[in-house]
Amino acid sequence: MPAQDGLVDPRPIARSLRSNRRQALRGGLALFGGLCLCCLPTLGRSAEGFALDEVGPGIFIRRGPDAEASPDNDDAIANIGFIVGETSVLVTESGGSLADGQWLRGQIRARTDKPISHVVLTHVHPDHCFGAEAFAADKPVFIGHHALRAALDARGDYYRTRLVEILGPEKAGRVVYPTLEVADRAEIDLGGRRLTFHAHGVAHTNCDLSMRDSASGILFPADLLFVTRIPSLDGSLVGWLKEAEVLKAMGATKAVPGHGPTLVEFAPALADLTRYLATLRDETRKALAGDMPIEKAVATIGRSEADKWALFDLYNGRNVTQAFKELEWE
Amino acid sequence: MKPFTAALALSLAASLPAAALLTGPVLAAGASDTDAERQARWNEIRTSIFGDKAVQPTDTLVKVDAPVRALDAALVPITLTMPEKDKVAGVSLVIDDNPSPYAANITFGPAADPGEIKLRVRVNNYTNVHAVVRTKDGGLFETTKFVKASGGCSAPMGMSDEEAMKGMGDMRMKFAEGAPGAKSTEATLMIRHPNFSGMQMNQVTRDYTPARYIQKVVVSQGGRNILTLDGDISIASNPVINFAFLPEGQAPVTVVASDNQDGRWEHSFPVPAPSN
Repeated sequence: MPAQDGLVDPRPIARSLRSNRRQALRGGLALFGGLCLCCLPTLGRSAEGFALDEVGPGIFIRRGPDAEASPDNDDAIANIGFIVGETSVLVTESGGSLADGQWLRGQIRARTDKPISHVVLTHVHPDHCFGAEAFAADKPVFIGHHALRAALDARGDYYRTRLVEILGPEKAGRVVYPTLEVADRAEIDLGGRRLTFHAHGVAHTNCDLSMRDSASGILFPADLLFVTRIPSLDGSLVGWLKEAEVLKAMGATKAVPGHGPTLVEFAPALADLTRYLATLRDETRKALAGDMPIEKAVATIGRSEADKWALFDLYNGRNVTQAFKELEWE
Repeated sequence: MKPFTAALALSLAASLPAAALLTGPVLAAGASDTDAERQARWNEIRTSIFGDKAVQPTDTLVKVDAPVRALDAALVPITLTMPEKDKVAGVSLVIDDNPSPYAANITFGPAADPGEIKLRVRVNNYTNVHAVVRTKDGGLFETTKFVKASGGCSAPMGMSDEEAMKGMGDMRMKFAEGAPGAKSTEATLMIRHPNFSGMQMNQVTRDYTPARYIQKVVVSQGGRNILTLDGDISIASNPVINFAFLPEGQAPVTVVASDNQDGRWEHSFPVPAPSN
């Protein structure tokens, strides 16, 4: 894909439409206190407390806090938002629950009356696709990776059950299938801006879809790029490092990550991610070569990354387990 | 919410290959059970497996090492240590709140060094994990460890059934360099097998993939038995077992594994030459 950098909006990176302080505070708790937010008493966040950043012309993104799904946050933990074209609106991520999706739809309707023509389901994880039901009445095209339907079949009920346990049946949301299944590439037009989709090989999950906006040149790698929040490995470690190269070759300078700040410089953010993944790969291979048992590997691998990521203690051991499982049969 | 009554757990525990009875997902439950409820459940499971035989608590004959909170409920590493190994004939692993609690039963043969066994299991719930040692003089001794996890048996595999079954029956064995002069050799046996629990949904048919799991693993060297493992759906996919044995001569270590759907695989592995 040719670089679109000439089209990048020269304005400052993020113009916060509303104060982001409370969220920064919550992120800070998770990061520095080593606390899991689901164990904290209610901090009084309501859906209205979220800010949207205009990260590019007509691109509005909310930063999801670096937290786990909890009754207090409606699983609104991913970076979600929308892009406004001349004729219609695309939802970049649907949200983590019906409640989160409804909040986003409200934000869209507060800004524009243009029809919501597309909703992107970037991968199977619930914090990204359980808001889709909120847009059903708009009858949009739901865009997803060709492997997303099967992944939703395998896990959708399981995720919904877990979400219902946390949020209750009214707020959880239901499984929504993609109606445009991207086999390799796809392109859509919102009027004055085209969005190009790329279906990736097994990486973060087995159904990761990235998107590029022609008007701004901004890349939307979804959860192929984590910033501040520790990456979670649920596909293939070797595959993710390979797809990182594919993303790099797209030549974008700015990106909206699936988690973390709403807009980042792409190259250094991707370098942080690949440093973590490569550390995981190299140390796991070394552990396997030295016959280290898995329980010791889980306790020792990746420790040099501990102070570089939020929620490290919740996810690193699990990532090591995944890496171990994948690499022990190499 | 308590999806499995004690009575059902009991009937499941009565025989090892009970996984096929399961048809639906089991939700997280039991986290709030009282100690008395847990004890009652263990009493029933214990009776169903060991009958009226007394099972004495022990601090010395067997120890269970497991994470207090599992990082991945579908792959929980368990270490069983049996310091007085000359007394040990076998050891059973019971995960009380799993849908089929009797996870594994290991019988040691004459070529075993039964000091330590490592397994990877699925944990479906907050549960006590019991290890019961059978001594050579017929005694039963148990110890327990509480593990927090949920969903390990029903968690989707993250790949298609076909993919999960790729290379089914392939095996590897790694031998660890023992201390100089040590009589026993440590070994890690890896078996490619999805060990379908019967609680994971097939992505294409939307039915539950039928339980297909390793039922028996027999490991021996030159005709001398090292160990026999009876397994169940609580063993994690692609089973890995660490054990130690007392090598004699250069005969290869032979592994025969079979599953509940008549799969049978046999592999032999040359033992490393003695380093001293």
